[in-house]
Amino acid sequence: MYKSQLNPSKGGPVVAQSVTEAAVGGASRLAARGVTVGYGGRVVIDKLDVAIPPGVITTIIGPNGCGKSTLLRTLSRLLKPAGGTVVLDGEDIGRLRTRDVAKKLGLLPQAPVAPEGLTVADLVARGRHPHQSWLRQWSSDDADVVERALAMTGVSDLADRPVDALSGGQRQRVWISMTLAQGTDLLLLDEPTTYLDLAHALDVLDLVDDLHESGCTVVMVLHDLNLATRYSDHLVVMREGSILAQGHPRDVVTAELLHEAFGLRARVIDDPVGDRPLIVPIGRAHVRPGHLPAQDT
Amino acid sequence: MNVTEVKPSLPPGVRLGRVSFVWRPWLLCVTLLLAAATFLVFCVSIGVGDFPVGLPQVIATLFGRGEQVDEFVIMDLRMPRALAGLVVGIALGVSGALTQSIARNPLASPDVLGITSGASAVAVFLVTVSGGTAAAIVNSAGLPAAALGGGLGTGLLVYFLAWRRGVDGFRLILIGISVSAVMEAITTWLLVTADIRDVARAQAWLVGSLEDRSWGEVRTALWCGLVLLAVVSCVAFQFRPMHFGDEVAAGLGVRYGRVRAVLLLCAVLLAGVAVSAAGPVPFVALVAPQVAMRLARRPTPPMVASGLTGALLLTGSDLIARTALPVSLPVGVVTAAIGGPFLVYLLVRANLR
Repeated sequence: MYKSQLNPSKGGPVVAQSVTEAAVGGASRLAARGVTVGYGGRVVIDKLDVAIPPGVITTIIGPNGCGKSTLLRTLSRLLKPAGGTVVLDGEDIGRLRTRDVAKKLGLLPQAPVAPEGLTVADLVARGRHPHQSWLRQWSSDDADVVERALAMTGVSDLADRPVDALSGGQRQRVWISMTLAQGTDLLLLDEPTTYLDLAHALDVLDLVDDLHESGCTVVMVLHDLNLATRYSDHLVVMREGSILAQGHPRDVVTAELLHEAFGLRARVIDDPVGDRPLIVPIGRAHVRPGHLPAQDT
Repeated sequence: MNVTEVKPSLPPGVRLGRVSFVWRPWLLCVTLLLAAATFLVFCVSIGVGDFPVGLPQVIATLFGRGEQVDEFVIMDLRMPRALAGLVVGIALGVSGALTQSIARNPLASPDVLGITSGASAVAVFLVTVSGGTAAAIVNSAGLPAAALGGGLGTGLLVYFLAWRRGVDGFRLILIGISVSAVMEAITTWLLVTADIRDVARAQAWLVGSLEDRSWGEVRTALWCGLVLLAVVSCVAFQFRPMHFGDEVAAGLGVRYGRVRAVLLLCAVLLAGVAVSAAGPVPFVALVAPQVAMRLARRPTPPMVASGLTGALLLTGSDLIARTALPVSLPVGVVTAAIGGPFLVYLLVRANLR
């Protein structure tokens, strides 16, 4: 259930019709239909519908505890919804075999940990698991795919190094590389920039954009609104377990929406370097007099 | 067999018809060396005793080409004990490798998870509680079976107490330690209040020993062990992504809840088989996987090498316990005395690098 009655600052409809309607119109490979998810009696997501548009980067944003990670985990089948269904390529994901889901959908959970001393090559090679069996544990196909995944994420040179000896940014690249080695063109990333400084976060998101350019559909959860705005083609804004607005960042990101979703006072200006809006938060400290809370609605 | 060298950075694969696996020469070497060393110690151990048999004769007899006298001494008198050592060592090594991998924590050995202490408590209860009923149970079901039941029951209790929307390794260990403490308290209480003759019997069982094994006992342990190891080797492939945690494993198509439950049950049963065959031999399950992991230079305990390390440690300790020392010691004393320092040595050497 998403509302689209918000008034945008630049006029025109809030929801980017082009992308969203194409998605709802059936081209979407992954969608939630009326899903309700809860932990031990507490309902986190209530009867939510969303369709992931194919071939673009979709980012789920929202305040802490709004259920954005829960939504991503439900879409990836980590969580079983109490009601409703998640549909992957036209089939109820709950009825698919775990292994078949893993062949279609790559998932990178938040802050994964590798055993100490495990090498990059071994970690990325594990991404082939859904395609392997007891007898067929390592084929030349596997080697080719892993080689490509390493090269694509720029970690080929690190293949022999232990994962725990890498920097945070390199480590995240390696994990994304493992997800790529799964050989899916649908990637779900839960906060891929957690614990990374801004430069490394940009580095990882540039990689995500490369993957998108090469044909992947990406769904991710991000905390940083400006990074989400810059790197996504489709934003899903959540609040209290339901979708407040969704669409292209240019249409969705407005001062009003930010206030409604996050309770954040901000100015939305033209990004001096990008073609997307830029959010300038207004706190209380060091703000010029004209922007103080007087005109708060 | 053709070895396909891909690119220098990736581990090469080996293909034999439709079967393919990763080629890890070092792991293979270490495993083969461990197997050879275990076999050697096994043979030496069989040869040593009041009627010594030379190593060549032992090996000839094992392959059915020995003399009749040797055959009687070896196959009828010494084989049960040596085989028991082998089976118990492998079972403890694999059990430890499984629990440590499942909990993702080297502390999580079957000793810590309450299996050993549960088996001990039940065994001591049966030995010490006077009256016809306990004695009848001991005679009919046998002490080993009762101990196995005690270990299994305690292991499952710990697992269900630790269950909270999945199993967290740290929680598993804390609950295991608590339950173990209760079981040990019960054991102590039983020993303190029991008749002094029963206490002596119970104590002899509690230190862990391979003395006086009969073919009957060993055969049961052997078959149980083989069945469990077969199950473990079938499921172990699905377990490999679980070293990265449940969520990554689920993303890679593993039904982690089911895989973990099966393997943990196997680990508990293997430890139970070991305890019922040899009493609670300390330290093997904790130290063998860690030693195997460092010898093989792998980030996680390798299953086969862990089992062989356990067998080598136990067989070697039994040999030392019987021969090298002026008094014959229970094997459990020696496993701790050898395994502990060796693990410390490996850890210190790693620090110095």
